[in-house]
Amino acid sequence: MEKITLASQLLQYLITGLTVGSVYAMVAVGFNIIYNVTEIINFAQGEFVMLGGLIMVFMNVAMGLPLILAFLATIILVTLVGILMDRLAIRPIRRPSVLTLIIATIAVSILIKGTASFIWGKDPFDLPAFSGRNPITFLGAVVQPQYFWVIGFLIVTAVALSIFFDRTIIGKAMSACADNPNAASLVGINVKQMILLSFALSAAIGAVAGITVTPISLMEYDRGAMLAVKGFGAAILGGLGSFPGAILGGLIMGSIESFGAGLISSGYKDAFALIVLLVILFFKPSGLLGSIEISRIKRF
Amino acid sequence: MTLRRIFIIATICFFGMGLLISQANAFKGSYKVGAVFSVTGRASFLGDPEKKTVEMLAEKINAAGGINGKKLELVIYDDEGDATKCNLAVKKLITRDKVCAVIGPSLSGLSLAVIPVAEQNKTPLVSCAASYKIVHNEKTGKPYHWVFKTPQSDSMAVKAIYTHLKNRGITKIAIMSVTTGYGASGRSELIRLAPEFNMNIIADEKYGPKDTDMTAQLTKIKGMAPAAIVNWSIGPTQVTMIRNWKDLGMTAIPLYQSHGFGSRKNIELAAGAAEGVLCPLGACNIAELLPADHPQKSVTMDYLKSYTAKYNEPLSSFGGHGWDALQLVVDALSAAGDDKAAIRDYLEKKKGFVGQHGIFNFSPDDHNGLTKAAFSMVIVKDNDWALVD
Repeated sequence: MEKITLASQLLQYLITGLTVGSVYAMVAVGFNIIYNVTEIINFAQGEFVMLGGLIMVFMNVAMGLPLILAFLATIILVTLVGILMDRLAIRPIRRPSVLTLIIATIAVSILIKGTASFIWGKDPFDLPAFSGRNPITFLGAVVQPQYFWVIGFLIVTAVALSIFFDRTIIGKAMSACADNPNAASLVGINVKQMILLSFALSAAIGAVAGITVTPISLMEYDRGAMLAVKGFGAAILGGLGSFPGAILGGLIMGSIESFGAGLISSGYKDAFALIVLLVILFFKPSGLLGSIEISRIKRF
Repeated sequence: MTLRRIFIIATICFFGMGLLISQANAFKGSYKVGAVFSVTGRASFLGDPEKKTVEMLAEKINAAGGINGKKLELVIYDDEGDATKCNLAVKKLITRDKVCAVIGPSLSGLSLAVIPVAEQNKTPLVSCAASYKIVHNEKTGKPYHWVFKTPQSDSMAVKAIYTHLKNRGITKIAIMSVTTGYGASGRSELIRLAPEFNMNIIADEKYGPKDTDMTAQLTKIKGMAPAAIVNWSIGPTQVTMIRNWKDLGMTAIPLYQSHGFGSRKNIELAAGAAEGVLCPLGACNIAELLPADHPQKSVTMDYLKSYTAKYNEPLSSFGGHGWDALQLVVDALSAAGDDKAAIRDYLEKKKGFVGQHGIFNFSPDDHNGLTKAAFSMVIVKDNDWALVD
């Protein structure tokens, strides 16, 4: 076997980093949608990813549905879980403070994880890659076709979200809730419905992340927590509440991990990402693309 | 009224009969054995088959009349992979349930944590975890007095792999390990034993237990061009890394997995990428492949058949560690009764015990009783195991 050149190695680290980072970015976007409308951190965000992966395996492998149908069915189901989460766990809380709501999301994450372990057991599950497993060689670096799907879906999600928030009435209403819920309800926006919508949306995005990453990394019932931590780090890095920040933060986190593992020491790769996160927060406490003005008026 | 009276009398007779029958069938007392496994939580892939195995074995023993006419009573607790819960469970077994011996825990870290409990309470503990530190007191250089273990040590798996590499003339290797207790223990053994086999470790890479991709680590290894890769992990990462190894076109560099790879499920999950992967496995994993004259053939085939029939799921070699632990204690009970010290002394002298994972020969200096002969090198061929000669 020929020896791999340093340039190819660097390219390989970048591709791997961007792929892993795309998943973090999608989780971070999910955090932001709910945070913007409700000011809470949804600790069950990682569980949406896990559910996305496992339900997709069930639909595609066990039920034998074609890829597109299984994909849509999975997103609908996970979105339903997000809606149920809002209706059953978030809305009924009588005097909601940010803290009680966050604790409710932790409870939901434990519940979802426990239910998943009952339904699917504790073994990891595999999903066939969307377009085969024959890797493509590009300038000495190896690219799995699935990488394109992960990165592609991040781009689709980002474009769709920016159109949704900038061009549609509902999207603008949601942004209004994010800016000032009291004023938003004064001009006739149903804030409760917007919260419901935010949970539905971020569940759907979590499902997309889970579906696309499962062919690469397998999926099992307790993977959600790790993805949530990485995604949360990405959201903070980019500035909590900022969508471009979330995507940038995710890609940076993934790349640092990949380059750190490849060039310095794989044992400390999680530490590199955290060190960079801390350094950036030290110089810019609101995150890379977050604004201090906005973070001041938030309760959390 | 008479009808009602008849009914009452009939009922009393009925229950009385039941009581008599049950007494006729009852055992003369019971032997209480405790077990702590990680049945749920992060290590449930170990604890779940272990629990199922010991329950099945106990049922079988009791159906056959128990031990010396006494019932084998198992008290099983789940430590959820948590050291504190494990510690409490072992204490509870010893002080409240008054068991005569404890089998488990499933994890190395947890086993190390409960050694002091077993030592202080003078209760035999037969661990189902791999680390050689469980039966090696670093201060005295000897095993702990009351502690035994059934799984092969990491060092035996490392020796089996290194012997195989040496026979192939390979000395330049890269190692990869997961950052859990299992991976760290295997890694330290790989490094410790490398000089003995003239192995030159040119790369030492790590990854987290929930990492999604190991391409970065493998790319680095590819750049260093070792003659073989040895990977030490359990769980989904060992499958992901095999896929990455295949995708990066590194199949020309032979990949050795640890004995933790011993489940057909892993081959299935690797979706064809595992072809050519080598690993050392105990007899329990490869019961069907063993030649008919192999000493462990009948024990392992019997276990395989009864487990798959009862639970309708593939056999996991980890359950075999539970089988070995309980069967050893049962042998001790039938020979020496339920005195704790007698059980311990019996176990220490036990020779030629044919178990699922090897033929155990215990001694005061060896509370594991196995050698690297307990491992056979196996290669993945046509999506199944095949023995390597």
